[in-house]
Amino acid sequence: MPVTETAGTRLWKRRDRKAQLTVWAIQLGCLMVFSYCWSLVSEKTIWEFVYDAPTQAGDMASRMVPPAWDYMDKLWLAVWDTINIATLGTLMAVVLAFPIAFLAARNTTPSKVFIRPIALFIIVSSRSINSLLWALMLVTIIGPGVLAGVLAIGFRSIGFCAKLLYEAIEEIDVSQVEAVTATGATGPQILHYGIVPQILPAFAGISVFRWDINIRESTVLGLVGAGGIGLQLSASINNVAWTQVSLILLVVLGTVIVSEWVSAKVRHAII
Amino acid sequence: MNTVTTHRSWKKQPFIKSPLLRWGLVVGGAFYLALVFGTMDVNWGRVADGIPRGQRFLSSFFPPDFTSRATDIFDGILESMWITIISTVVGILLSIPVGLGAARNLSPRPVYLFSRAVLAVSRTFPEIIIALFAVKLFGFGPFAGFIALSVGTIGFYGKLLAEDIEDMDTSQAEAVKATGASWFQWLNYAVQPQVMPRMIGLGMYRLDINFRESAVVGIVGGGGIGATLLTSFDRYEFDSAAAILLVIIFIVMGVEYSSSYIRKWVQ
Repeated sequence: MPVTETAGTRLWKRRDRKAQLTVWAIQLGCLMVFSYCWSLVSEKTIWEFVYDAPTQAGDMASRMVPPAWDYMDKLWLAVWDTINIATLGTLMAVVLAFPIAFLAARNTTPSKVFIRPIALFIIVSSRSINSLLWALMLVTIIGPGVLAGVLAIGFRSIGFCAKLLYEAIEEIDVSQVEAVTATGATGPQILHYGIVPQILPAFAGISVFRWDINIRESTVLGLVGAGGIGLQLSASINNVAWTQVSLILLVVLGTVIVSEWVSAKVRHAII
Repeated sequence: MNTVTTHRSWKKQPFIKSPLLRWGLVVGGAFYLALVFGTMDVNWGRVADGIPRGQRFLSSFFPPDFTSRATDIFDGILESMWITIISTVVGILLSIPVGLGAARNLSPRPVYLFSRAVLAVSRTFPEIIIALFAVKLFGFGPFAGFIALSVGTIGFYGKLLAEDIEDMDTSQAEAVKATGASWFQWLNYAVQPQVMPRMIGLGMYRLDINFRESAVVGIVGGGGIGATLLTSFDRYEFDSAAAILLVIIFIVMGVEYSSSYIRKWVQ
């Protein structure tokens, strides 16, 4: 603790001189980087629009109330599609992620030199590309619609599920596996009786957790044409039908909150 | 004497113990799938048409074309990075008051409820939807993306900050309060040192998330590499698109590794 004594009074400071200077230097560095980035963004901004934004926002808000409740009739199908995209996408992802996780886990992979890097590469590339980018690609390739959304969610979630799952596989209790091996079990039997029961709770938890995230993500896939409620949202915004927009936002809010609640309940029941 | 057969067989215990729930889930799941495949509207002809296009897209990865759109790609990546940095900084700065307000042990009831509501709303809406509205309000360009990501950051960071403050060690806080410290001194010397290490780590994590998101806000007009990618898809320039995707994967990996390295170093 840096305590200085001047003229009989002891003065405590939080940091000594060197630490304080380091902190200041870091702060100054951050400030410089920030202001440089800010100046670059500011160059590309039309400030008149920004100054005008509060009035615009007020205007938009006033045109949003009351929500067009009768538009709900047309939204049910979109909500159903959104939920299906998330659910089927998650299903596809967990089915594909299961074997990939076993190939990627250090203790179960058949070959550390060849197969593990491939599995890890699949995981990394699937995780790095946002589901909206996957959707963009798939819409260009297989055309707009729910299928593109399902595949986009699926491709994006493979990496997420496989990563969490292979971490769970690497942390299993080896004594159980040894016990099963000692009974003379074959490779698949070891997998079935020794490893899978240990990771099933984690697996179920991960699936439900990802499903919850996917509901949130599938609400926006429609913006690039991949089905779901985002399609209605972009249509209503383009038609400047603000009362419909506010209803859609409320529906999105409701769907997300319900899915979060369901996922929390299920995970609570599993763990 | 013992006539009962000694052969006993063992079966693996099912994962879900209650048979009613187990079979209910199976039947319900099958019913749901049947319903989904019955109602899902897929244009298989269009999907079949897409297969050659998909092959063309995949083959364009070997090799990707970095050169013909090099300046566009470079500008887009840089713009994404600026957006990432300023939105992380501004988002975190704004989330500090909200996070303090949302900590139950720090703020009065009305402030707590208000801050929690702000956090809940900004957390539920995906960044893209916020970006959509930001583009309507602020015009096309990186500023809209910056606003969207900042709002997302507030929801994420504010919530975690509030939870961290709620979990802090109260004895230290009381000790500082007992010295007669003012409220700000109390925050600075009792609360901040306790939450700081974890918060720096989370800040790095959010930087990582914001970069990923900044790659997509461009799709709705929020600037950055997403806009470049959208253009190349719209022009069916798959080899440039492949190059952009590889650049995104590469940078995301780089940011992820460096952010996890910094997080380990801080803790």
